[in-house]
This record gives sequence, structure tokens and C-alpha cells, in this order.
Amino acid sequence: MNCRSVVLEVTVEARQVEEAMLSLLHTILLHRSSGKFHYKKEGTYSIGTVGTVDIDCDFIDFTFVRISSEELDRVIRKAVSEFKDALSNSGSDGVGQISLEFYQKKKSRWPFSDECIPWEVWSIKVNVVNLANEQERQICREKVGEKLGDKVINIVEVINRHEYLPKMPTQSEVDNVFDTSLKDVQPYLHKITYQITDSLGTSVSTTMRRLLKDTLAL
Amino acid sequence: MDSDLSPQDKKDLDKFIKFFALKTVQVIVQARLGEKICTRSSSSPTGSDWFNLAIKDIPEVTLEAKKALGGQLPGIGRSMCVEISLKTSEGDSMELETWCLEMNEKCDKDIKVSYTVYNRLSVLLKSLLAITRVTPAYKLSRKQGHNYVILYRIYFGEVQLSGLGEGFQTVRVGVVSTPVGTLTLSCAYRTNLAFMSNRQFDRSAPIMGIIVDHFVDPPCSNQRPANMGHPCNYRAPDEEDGSPFAGVQDSQEVCTTSFSTSPPSQALHAGKEGGVALAPVQPHGVDAHLTVEHTPNTPGSSGDDVGLSQSGEGKRDGGRRSDSPSDPVESLNEFTRKVGAFVNKPSSEITAASLDLPFAAFAPRGLESEEDDLMVQPPASPPCPSPLQASLHSQGSEGSGQQDDFVMVDFKPAFSKDDLLPMDLGTFYREFQNPPQLASLSLHISSQSMADDLDSLPEKLALYEKNIDEFDAFVDMLH
Repeated sequence: MNCRSVVLEVTVEARQVEEAMLSLLHTILLHRSSGKFHYKKEGTYSIGTVGTVDIDCDFIDFTFVRISSEELDRVIRKAVSEFKDALSNSGSDGVGQISLEFYQKKKSRWPFSDECIPWEVWSIKVNVVNLANEQERQICREKVGEKLGDKVINIVEVINRHEYLPKMPTQSEVDNVFDTSLKDVQPYLHKITYQITDSLGTSVSTTMRRLLKDTLAL
Repeated sequence: MDSDLSPQDKKDLDKFIKFFALKTVQVIVQARLGEKICTRSSSSPTGSDWFNLAIKDIPEVTLEAKKALGGQLPGIGRSMCVEISLKTSEGDSMELETWCLEMNEKCDKDIKVSYTVYNRLSVLLKSLLAITRVTPAYKLSRKQGHNYVILYRIYFGEVQLSGLGEGFQTVRVGVVSTPVGTLTLSCAYRTNLAFMSNRQFDRSAPIMGIIVDHFVDPPCSNQRPANMGHPCNYRAPDEEDGSPFAGVQDSQEVCTTSFSTSPPSQALHAGKEGGVALAPVQPHGVDAHLTVEHTPNTPGSSGDDVGLSQSGEGKRDGGRRSDSPSDPVESLNEFTRKVGAFVNKPSSEITAASLDLPFAAFAPRGLESEEDDLMVQPPASPPCPSPLQASLHSQGSEGSGQQDDFVMVDFKPAFSKDDLLPMDLGTFYREFQNPPQLASLSLHISSQSMADDLDSLPEKLALYEKNIDEFDAFVDMLH
């Protein structure tokens, strides 16, 4: 199976990195999350309700919609914050990339560990610019807002192609497809990683793998 | 031919499409209310959360949508459209966008109704939530209030895009294939907002006739004349009301809440790989919780109601959108540049009188008394003419004579009590909505005061020169 890969690119000011990343990651997760499954007998299940929240950005003229789940928001914010810090520590002309990968777990026999098979990867490339004066910053606020709007439209377009999605699992398999650790929503299993390149184009830090949820830690 | 579709599936599909259409309208109108939307996730499903999304139902909007649909469903050649327009307090209007739910003949006979179609409709609603915040009308709707309001109109039939002006853009929200056709949800939005940017707040010379693509009559089966639509300013009761907002108005309708584990998709996705071994299939995913047939809607003409009254007012999230500039001149420039920008500022920051600027008269009048960010509607009562109504329709504005459907009854400003003031705040506002022409702006007096100003100019200049060091020190301080 081929993993679907989507690359988005944005150019922002340093102070806009966090909100830009949050907006795009949350937009993706909005579409890739479901309500909590409740399995009943006879092989049926019901799905909980997903709420949404409008978030206004402070440094960008933009509003995005995220899933109403404080837990999920905390997790994403933490990852984005680490990415932002890594980006700012790398130097003023840094280019970075943050990736949101959706995967499925495939059980393997002992002694082999479970395989994680990605089925969709969203990569967001970030170019950080420095602006000279307030007028440029004001223009940047609006321009970045428009660009993020275009990116949201791109995301929606990809998602609405309705290409491969993991099959709905049985109760015993649900943890191989969904992240069931959150109490109010159930996103597909995902992980966020990032990579920073400095202005010379070489990789100063190798890809840091951070498993956000490890439901089957061995 | 639907011979492949079982009766149960056909029934389910019709229900899904109907509620999808209703929820689509809710999402669009709520996104244009001018407020941030916030709903809660719930791990236990309730029977009223269609498509597993917490989307509140504003009763008036549902009513309008049902009226427009007239008991029919969006189908091939029968599109459901939600038109969003802007109306200024002077009575000018402009169509901003039109959202269309259309169906074409391309069918997917193999798709599972109760499972795949339902989930895809849910994803499409999520996409709609995201896209409604991205089109230009969203920002305009967040700033609505004193100078303009956002209205919506639902119609059924042929899509009308001519009111959007030249060069309008289209964004497709998504498509969902069903056994009876492919549903497409898209938005066409105006890009030419020239009317807004050219508009000056100069009452003495109103710029009329700039809009060449004014409201046109839709050719749909609506026998009523073109009307403005309904204000997007409903204030829904808080969630802490006690009783959860009735998700479904028709108490006999319960949405799908149960699914069978996996497999209806097994045959469908035969060609696609999956890593998970699955249990045997159940033919119909939907649990037997679905109940009775819905009562047919009372037949009405598709189109909107005249004289819908909104008794609620909204509380706008003021002060968020624009930065608060410290420079009062910049703020004044801002409000001539952007429509309604000054409504975002807390009134204590700038009072126009202190600025000694031209058009100071047009600074927020009575805003001091409305510090709590009223979403104010210019009240108008179409059936009985009022002096206020006359002021809303400036001379020469085309079609405005017909636009009497915009009703605001029972204007209740937030936090006002009747017994506190001898004059009700609402009355106060209404009275000062249309004040007489300011004396200083009439020609002969202004020329007199101009002469006086010119005379006093040398004295003022001398004074400033004397204090030049002080000014320089101040400027240095700003750097």
C-alpha cells in the first residue's frame, strides 16, 4: 500500500509559526478524528459526538476550527511549541518541516514488534522571514491569513477525494487504527515529527521521533 | 434507476440528505452570525447529533430551510442555495457569497448508504465548518454591527450567481457519491468589494449607483419579489440553559447512532489493502433505532418568509479583530478604510470629539452608552412604516422599496434596564440613529468657522514654535 503524502508550504514571521502550524494541524485532525466508539454486543458500535471551537489567531488575520478537545489541543500545542523552539534556536534563516503522520499498527508475532504502517503523511514546510517594520508586519498578517486560507482549501480538497482510509475496526482491533487514549474524541493513530535545516541546507538535528500516544508500549 | 437500492437504504439515504441539507444551512448561517462558535464533544452519543457532529439547530433557520425545501430534497436540477449578503444601514445591499448543494446524475451503486455515505457526509460537514471561516465574508461578518449587517436567504431550484459581480471565485467544499447521484457542496464568493472600499462616511454626498450588480430576482419558483433575507444575528441560548438545544425539531426523527463493526466496506475495499482482519459483515449498518417516517412539511413556496422577526440580539466578540492602535489618527483612518472597524474599539479609548478631526460627527455616536458591544440592528418594521424605516432606505436605492422584510422587533440592548433611565436605551439609540444634519457642516456656517480658524492660525503657530523643544522631546520618546 502506498502512503499518501501531501506537502504544504508556508512562509511566515517567527511569531506566526505557532499559530500557523496549529491552524493547519488542527484542520487536518478535525477531519481525521471521530467521536468515541462504544461497542455494543452483536458487533455494532455507536459513535460519540465531536464538537468544534473557533480559534482566532493573534498574529495572523485568520480564524480556524479545531476539535473541541482540550487534551488533544494540549498535545498538539506541545509538539508545535517544540518545533517552534527548535526553529528559533537554529538561526534566523531557518527552514523547518513539521510532519503529521497517520499510521496503522500491524500485529506481528513475537519476537517481532508491531509494525507501524503509515497511510497518510502531511508535511508542512515553514520558511521563517524577518520583517523590517510595522507596516510590513501588518501586510504580512493579512497575507499569511490568506495563504493559510488557501492551505485549508488544499487540505479539504485532498480529504474530500475520499481515498484510502483504514477500515472500521472491530473492538479488539480498534487500538490499531485509532488513538483511544483521549476521553472525548478519537483521532486516527498519528504522530508528529519535525526536522530543522539551517540556512546552509544541512540538517542540524536529525528527525526527532515523538510518539504522542503509545497505546501498546512494549 | 434505483432498483439496486433497497427500500430501507432509500429511506435512509433520503433522510441523510435531508438532514445534511438542514445542517449545512445551520453551519453556514451560524458562521455568519459574527460570533465564534463553540460546541462540546461528548463521548456518549445522543439521538440528535446528526453526523456525529455537535451542530446546534437555530429553530428559525431550520424553519426557513424547511420552507425553502418545501418537502423536497436537493436533487438533480434542484439545488439548495444559501445566499449571504450584506446590507448597510443606509439600505444598500450586496451579495457576498452563495453556497450551493447540488446533485448530478453520476451514481455510485456500490457504495454503502448507511455507512460510507453517512461518514462521508460527516467529513463534508467538517470541511464546511473549516471553509466557512476562510471565505472573505467571514471577516466581514465578524465585524458586522453598526454600519452593516449580514443577511441570509435560502432558495431552492436553479443556482443564481449573477449577483456576485464579475470575477467571482468558486471553492468546492467536497463531493459525496451516493447511489442516486453525486452531491456537491461549493461556494461562489464575490471578489469585487469595490463598493465597500470606496464608500466614505460622508452623508452629504452619498455614493449611490456604484453597485451595478444589485440584488436580482431569482428565477426560482418563488412568486415573491426579491427580498433581502434574514439577519444572521440570532443569539442562541447558552449551553448552560439546562435543556440541551433540541438537535432535531421533528421529534420523530432520530439520527443514525449505531454502526456495525467493519465490514460493510469489505466488499467495497476489496481492491485496497488494510492491515486488519475483520469479522463477518452485517448487511445493514444501521441499528433499529431509526424510527417513524417524518411528517411531511407543509407545502409552501420555496423561498423565504416575509417579515421574519428576530427578537434576540447578539453579543459580538468585540475588540478582537483589530489591534488597538495607540494613535488616534490611525484609528480614524482605520475606520474610514475598513467598514465598521471603529465598532471594535472600546469606546473609552478614543472619543472623536477629542480628536478635532473632520467628520468627527460620524464617530460612534452613543457608543459611550453601549460599552458592552451591542450587536445593534437598525430596527425596521416593514408592515407599518416608521420614520426609521424611511431613513434606512436612502433615495434612489433600487429595489429597496421591496426590501421590507428585514424586521427587528423588540430591540433589547444588552444590560439595559427600563427603570434605570427615564429614557429606554433602545429608544435613545433609535432616536439618535438618524440625527439632524449637524449645523457646523452646513455650508454657510462652515465657511464662517473656517475664516475664524484661519485667523487664529498665526497665534497657534507661534505657540507651537515656542514649545518646539517639548514636541521634539515627545517625538524622541516615541522612538
